[in-house]
Order: sequence, then structure tokens, then C-alpha cells
Amino acid sequence: MSAPPTAKISVRDLTMAYGSFVVMKDLEFDVLERDIFIIMGGSGCGKSTLLRHLIGLREPARGEVFYDGASFTAAPTADRERFIRRFGVMYQSGALWSSLTLAENVALPLEEFTRLPARTIRDIVSYKLSLVGLAGFEDYYPSQVSGGMNKRAGIARAMALDPDILFLDEPSAGLDPLSARRLDDLILRLRDSLGSTFVIVTHELASIFAIGSNALFLDTATRTQGAIGPPCHLRDHSESATVRSFLNRGEDSAPETQP
Amino acid sequence: MKVAVQGSASPRPPRATWQQEGRVLRLEGRWHRDAPPPVLEGTAPPGLPERFDCTQLEEFDSTLPAFLLAHARLAATSSFAWDGLPDNLRGLMQLALGVPEQSDARGSPHDGSELRALGEWTLRTWKATRATLAFVGESVQSLGRFAVGRARFRGRDFWEVLQQCGAEALPIVALISFLVGLILAFVGNVQLANFGANLFVADLVAIAMVREMGVMMTAIIMSGRTGAAFAAHLGSMQANEEIDALRTFGLQPFDFLVLPRLLALVLMMPLLTIYSNLIGILGGMLVGISVGIPPVLYWNETVESITLTTASLGVFKSFFFGAAIAVAGCMTGMNAGRSSAAVGEATTRAVVASITAVIVLDSGFAAIFTLLDI
Repeated sequence: MSAPPTAKISVRDLTMAYGSFVVMKDLEFDVLERDIFIIMGGSGCGKSTLLRHLIGLREPARGEVFYDGASFTAAPTADRERFIRRFGVMYQSGALWSSLTLAENVALPLEEFTRLPARTIRDIVSYKLSLVGLAGFEDYYPSQVSGGMNKRAGIARAMALDPDILFLDEPSAGLDPLSARRLDDLILRLRDSLGSTFVIVTHELASIFAIGSNALFLDTATRTQGAIGPPCHLRDHSESATVRSFLNRGEDSAPETQP
Repeated sequence: MKVAVQGSASPRPPRATWQQEGRVLRLEGRWHRDAPPPVLEGTAPPGLPERFDCTQLEEFDSTLPAFLLAHARLAATSSFAWDGLPDNLRGLMQLALGVPEQSDARGSPHDGSELRALGEWTLRTWKATRATLAFVGESVQSLGRFAVGRARFRGRDFWEVLQQCGAEALPIVALISFLVGLILAFVGNVQLANFGANLFVADLVAIAMVREMGVMMTAIIMSGRTGAAFAAHLGSMQANEEIDALRTFGLQPFDFLVLPRLLALVLMMPLLTIYSNLIGILGGMLVGISVGIPPVLYWNETVESITLTTASLGVFKSFFFGAAIAVAGCMTGMNAGRSSAAVGEATTRAVVASITAVIVLDSGFAAIFTLLDI
């Protein structure tokens, strides 16, 4: 057994399976503090499944996930809450609680896990919604606003407790280019000002190059990780034709020789 | 996600002091949600100061930008210099104010006056009544389209619903009917024994089951079982825009979803009712045997007491009850809101509405049958 890893998130020898169907095997990577770590790959390759493994919604078939060197996988259920409290998760379609207004959605974790007075909670909720450009929509129900707004409200809810690590599942899919750009700015700004670590599942190339500090490519053909590294570097210099092709929208060129 | 602005051994409580007649805001201490609430000093002007003094600010989480944003919202303008704030905090504030607040979005959905509440309730009730009538009307139209062969739905759906509200309901209908027959016989026997007329227990159970209890118990079971299932299924389809998807394919959601359910329940209810009648009579017979009535005698008495008219009354009603349950279930489902809570509400409303409809219809029938003397 090697020494425990020291990165913010470390995945070791991870195999994900649904029953006997292996989705991905032999995953091994580190996410560093303040990283904006992109998980990318074709549709249906297991990106969201990997995310669900990282946040503990699914158990790995083999392997372990570590946070700051402590094993999340091996932690007993009671201890897991300690890990989970540091996560913020935004689900693919927002997954807002549909019987609560946007403000109540963001306020719920604050009410449950802090002792802040109602007024402060209201201010924080208003601030979080402003950050994602939803000021003024506090009293709307998720069904009354658009899908993109649901998504942004989902991010506001994920940030409610100022988590260490934010997991975003396809945050910019379905957003207009300007909103997507704003979201990228928001992610960079939050990383820079608050030092949060981001793990983002996406296949929006513009976002990947704009914000990704590191990227992991999941290869459907081999069912394992294809490449890992800064996205711009992978685009131009990856040895794998699949990765280059993916990052160049199919217009593949021979790998440029390193200068 | 804590940001240390300045290292300090023991954190001081958060404090905001307005200085120089509100032109400078001095922020101090550790602004954190675990810290005590911030101390505010000086008179705050509406809006923000010209300059911030953050030299004594130790660390902050969302509570500080939230506090600043609440003040910024009070100001008439939305462009601030944020002079003197640490870079990261200034960045967050600019981001938060980057998209102007949708002022028309913030409405006052409720003003508390009771008159208004009454008016809203009346309008809502009126709307619901009209929706019910429209739905019943559309059901009839849809049946008409079906009669001339122009209604379009999937045969497989129909068979599935038929199985769901027919064969799969047999065990629960059997259990409840058997027990009801048992209860009727017990209660009847105690009273009739006083007159030495035990044998008439058979008449009592047979007539009560066949005219009223069989069809009534079946209808109530089906309301809770199938009406609720219809409402939940169609309600979640509505929430997921599945019904809109049907519509955009040019399929009539009504024919496609409501018609097979309506037909299946109208077809199955009479069969279930006959089944329930038989099982109820069996239950009564068990009690009859236990108090010493020979089975053959009990059976003959039963057969003699039931005329074809009596037997058909229950079955006749069951068609209407089936239609009422199907319409109530499908209507609440189709008109459900688009949230998970709305699906639950729709299910509740479906059960309440169908049981109410069944009992109201039944009393109507009782009045009519009495007038017609059958």
C-alpha cells in the first residue's frame, strides 16, 4: 500500500460498474486545491456516473476516493457526513426542490445547518442568487422560471454553505452563450476569491478551454481514462487521436511537435 | 471556503462602523457564519459609502458580501467604486451586481385582505367547476370519437390498464367483500335471532351486497387503488412535459391517455362488482353455517331473495361509478401542476373527488330507484 495521497481529491484504481456491466475501470487521478478540474468525454461514457462516485451517491466496484488524504470510500456512514458537508453539488437539471421557491431552495441548507438569524439568511440567499444573475427571482417556484435559470439557481444552492469543493454536472449545457460565459466568469471568480476547488462535468469546448486548469478524458472505446492534463495542451499535443479529435470537434490534425 | 485577509491569533467578532457621516465604512473582525452577529455602529446612510476601510478585516465568508449587497440594494445607483475592498471581495460584489435586479420580477403575490381571499376562492372554485364540466364533456366527445373509430390510442396501453384495474384488483376486492359480507351477517344475525328469523340473514346479506355494498365497496377500493394511480401517473407525465410531447406529435392526449383508462375501468367495474357480490354472499354464508343454518337452505334462500332487477341495479350503477373514478383520477392528473408536490396533491384530490362522486351518485340513484319503486 502506497502512502496516502495528498491532493484535494484523489481517485485510486477506481472501477465503476452497474451490476456486472463495467462503465469505466482503472481510473486514477488527482484534483489539486484550487483546480478547475474538467471531466469530459462522449455522451454516455460515464461522466455523471464518475461524479456520483466522487460524491458518494454510488459505491465503487473497486478502488477508493480520497479527500485531503482521508479515504471517503472507507469512511463509515457516520463520518461521511463530515466529508459531504464540504461539498456543493449542482445536478444536471438543477434538481431544485420543486415545492420550494428559489429563495427557499437556497435557504434550506442554511436553515438546517447554521444558526444564522432569518434576516442574515435572507441577505445571503439574495447575494447567492445575485451571483448567478437571479436577483429578484427569490419568490418564484422552479416551475415558473426557465431551465437555464433552474440550473443557475441550482448552482446558487450548491454554494449555499460556502463549500470547499463544488461539483457541477454540465453547468453550461442549455444556457445561452452570454449566460454560459457569465457562468465561466463566476466559476473563475469564485475560485480566485474564495479558493474553492471545482470538479465540472461538461463537453462545452469553449468552457473547457476558458476555465479548465486540468481535464480528464474518459474514453468510451477502452473504458478507461484516455488522457489527463491541461485542456489546451491535450488539444494540441495529446498522443491519443481520440482526445485530439474530441477537443478539435472532429477536425483532427497530427499532434504538433513540442517546441 | 474561508479567506484570510490578515492573520490573527484570536479572531475578533465582526463589526461594521460608519465613519465620517457615512462616507467611510470600516469593516473589522472575522465575518463568518459561526461568528456572533456583526455589531453595527454609527448611522448608516441609505446605500454605500465612498470608501471602505478593511485594514482590520480578518477573514470572511458569504455573510460579508451578503451584508454589503443588502446595503448596495438600498442605493439608487448600481455602479460603485468599492474603493478599499480587498480584490477578491470587490470581484464578488461586481459579479453580484453584474446583472441588474429584475425589479418587475419582484411582485407582491399576496395582499392579506380577507375579501380578496374570498374572491380568489370563488374564482378558483368557479374555474374548477368549469374545468370539471369541460373534462366530462371532452370525455363524452372522446367516447364519441372512439365509437366512430377515430380515436387513436395504443392497444397495448389499454390491455395494461385493463390488467391493472381488473385482474390485479381481484385479491383486495375479494378480501374486503368477504369481510363486509361477514360483518353484515353478524350484525343481521344478532337482530334477527330475537325474532327467531335467523334464516332471513341470507336475504339481508344477499340484498345488501347486491344492491349497495358490493358496488360501493368495489368503487371505494378502486378509487383508492386505481383512481390514485391514474392521477399519479398522468400527474408526473404532466410534470415531465410528456403530455406536451404527445400533443406536439398531433396525438390527442385525451384519446391517448384518458380514453383507455376510462374504457378499462368502465368495463372492469361491473365484473368486479359481480365478483364482489358473490364473495360477499360467501362470507355471509360462512356466518350462516356457523350459527347452524344448513348451507343448502342458506343458498336457496339467497337465490330466492334476489330478482334479476335487484341484481342488475348494482351492476348498472357500477358503470357510472367506474366512469366517475376514471374521470376524477385522470382529470386531477392532467390538470396537475408541474412540481413533485403537485403530483401528491393531485393524487389526494383524485381519491377525495372520486369517493365523493361515488357516494353522491349512489344517493342520487337511491332516490331515483325509490321514486321508480324498484
